[in-house]
Amino acid sequence: MVPAGTNASRQLLPVIPLAVLFLAAFVLPLAALVLVSLFRDPQFSGLSLVQYLRFISDPFSLKVLSDTLWLGAEVALAALVLAYPLALVYVASGPFMRTLITFLIMLPLLTSTVVRTFAWIVILGRDGIINSAMLSLGLWQAPARLLYTWEGMVLALTQIQLPLMALPVINSLLRLDGNLTRAAEGLGASRARIFLTVILPLTLPGAIAGWLLVFAAAATAFITQTLVGGGRIILMPSYIYQQAVGVQDWPFSAALSLIFTLAVTGIVFAVGALSRRYLRGVDAA
Amino acid sequence: MELALSDVRGHSLDLNGIGHAFGATVALDEINLTVAAGELIALLGPSGCGKTTMLQIIAGFLRPSKGEVRFDGARVEHIPANRRRIGMVFQNYALFPHLTVFENVAYGLRARKTANAEVTAKVEQMLGLIQMAAFARRLPGELSGGQQQRVALARALAIDPGLVLLDEPFSALDKNLRLDMQIEIKSLLKTFGVTSIIVTHDQEEALSMADRIVVLNKGRIEQIDSPDALYDRPASLFISSFIGHTNLLRGTVTETDRVLLDAGPEIDLGRSVQRRRGTPVTISVRPENIAFGTERPGAIPVTIRTTVPLGAVSVTEGVTTSGEAVKISQARAAGIAKAQAGETAWLAITDTSRVSIFSTPVDDFTKHQQRSV
Ligand SMILES: Nc1ncnc2c1ncn2[C@@H]1O[C@H](COP(=O)(O)OP(=O)(O)O)[C@@H](O)[C@H]1O
Ligand SMILES: [Mg+2]
Repeated sequence: MVPAGTNASRQLLPVIPLAVLFLAAFVLPLAALVLVSLFRDPQFSGLSLVQYLRFISDPFSLKVLSDTLWLGAEVALAALVLAYPLALVYVASGPFMRTLITFLIMLPLLTSTVVRTFAWIVILGRDGIINSAMLSLGLWQAPARLLYTWEGMVLALTQIQLPLMALPVINSLLRLDGNLTRAAEGLGASRARIFLTVILPLTLPGAIAGWLLVFAAAATAFITQTLVGGGRIILMPSYIYQQAVGVQDWPFSAALSLIFTLAVTGIVFAVGALSRRYLRGVDAA
Repeated sequence: MELALSDVRGHSLDLNGIGHAFGATVALDEINLTVAAGELIALLGPSGCGKTTMLQIIAGFLRPSKGEVRFDGARVEHIPANRRRIGMVFQNYALFPHLTVFENVAYGLRARKTANAEVTAKVEQMLGLIQMAAFARRLPGELSGGQQQRVALARALAIDPGLVLLDEPFSALDKNLRLDMQIEIKSLLKTFGVTSIIVTHDQEEALSMADRIVVLNKGRIEQIDSPDALYDRPASLFISSFIGHTNLLRGTVTETDRVLLDAGPEIDLGRSVQRRRGTPVTISVRPENIAFGTERPGAIPVTIRTTVPLGAVSVTEGVTTSGEAVKISQARAAGIAKAQAGETAWLAITDTSRVSIFSTPVDDFTKHQQRSV
């Protein structure tokens, strides 16, 4: 007979590498971040909460945070609006089209963020594809400013993060019982009504999961935000980078990092909890 | 007779030469069917024979590969499902899980942009009819199977459909509840006077509910008849064994009205078998059409295997000298001595006019049935 304790510790054995990695790569840096954020000044001359007070009382910092969260929300909403038609086409397609659509959705995930971001610079730039096309067609008189704009950034982020939205939405659409839409149709509902009263409410768990993924990914997308948004749009990731590397104010940038992390995870948890509370009868997965 | 109580408001339905194929699979072939307004039809057949496909074509969820669908004589193939005014009850009920019982029943009315007061009145009336008024605020997940089914029917009937289609509506219910629901739903459909097609693979359900039964096998209609006619005069070997229980015995035609059974005796059927002498045939004899008798011409010797009491009747199973199993069903009350296992008994066919004769040899038929199920 093997004692129960030995048995349990044997079962835990395979998780140890992961636990060590988690500790080393997440818990320890986070603890260090908390510690650094509690120093009074960049010279580490004493502990205090002054960095947090500085953030709360500084309108510029608050604006950067709210802009960043808003960017995440906007990109996630745009991705949601694009994902539903895509998912509906996917579900209605045969096996070949499904494979093709899956491939097209997954393609961005197979290339590096830097490559995808540069592709957008090529498309949106002053001499980029859109401008040259519009100019040569005579539709625009002068090149339009697309790169280094908020809209350009939203567009690029939406395309880059779309897979995170499309996959959960497709998944919940696939799990939707086809008889439910047939029942609605038989009862006389139009396509729009079927979508709004049956498909949307019943796939909301997938949509919310996708929205949260894209929200978190877009709000924290340092490379794309910086390269497509440009230097004039300041968002939390570049703000933190600037405070740490540029100004060398490590305590303040540590506080910024923690506040940003808490804000993003707070929103993710709050939206998740609200949706569980209000989606009566919809099985969340 | 129940029809006299209410006015008939359903459509009449015609299917002319309907065929449907899914790729290489032929699901339906040459379906011709006429259903009178107000009639309750059962569509009976084994799993995979095309029943659901046929309902989907009638409802407009599927466009038939060929043939016509007519409501009250007018073709409807081009009319989409949401404009056909058909009440459909799905096999899994397909109640909207996120909507209350009230909103489920109201769904079709709201889709028709009915005024709110009218919606409330109609839904309350429907919930009253199915005795579910107290459950209006519940979600479908909080109801039992029988309650869900009643709601599904109320939802279908609330739009005053011209045709109600029920796809194996009782298959998810346990046996006791099933009989109650069959009676309740039949009377509801008859009260509404609506044309109804109920799909089932359960022959008892078809026999107990329908005015007429359509037997479907491998995408083709085998017979359309009243429950009695189907039971007494099955058109094929498939039907004789699909509807009720039966004994199949092989034999050979010896005279125009006689068959020599492999099991021993020569049977006088009292009518022409309409086959040439020497033709191998299979006769179908219902268990209740066989009685224990004495050794005399025409009696079939069997070795008793077992006797099973089944409430009002007891069923005895024996095996003939040719190795064919035979079931005998007797009323239990009669003071007949119980046959003991291992004994030899002599069986007599009570009424030879109710014996059916088919050409298909039993073995081929059995194989074919195993493949199709
Ligand atoms: N969407 C479909 N695609 C391909 N084959 C199908 C489809 N639906 C049904 N079938 C086939 O058509 C035949 C009839 O199916 P169905 O009408 O569902 O039978 P039933 O309802 O009598 O069990 C079966 O062989 C089934 O496999
Ligand atoms: Mg079926």
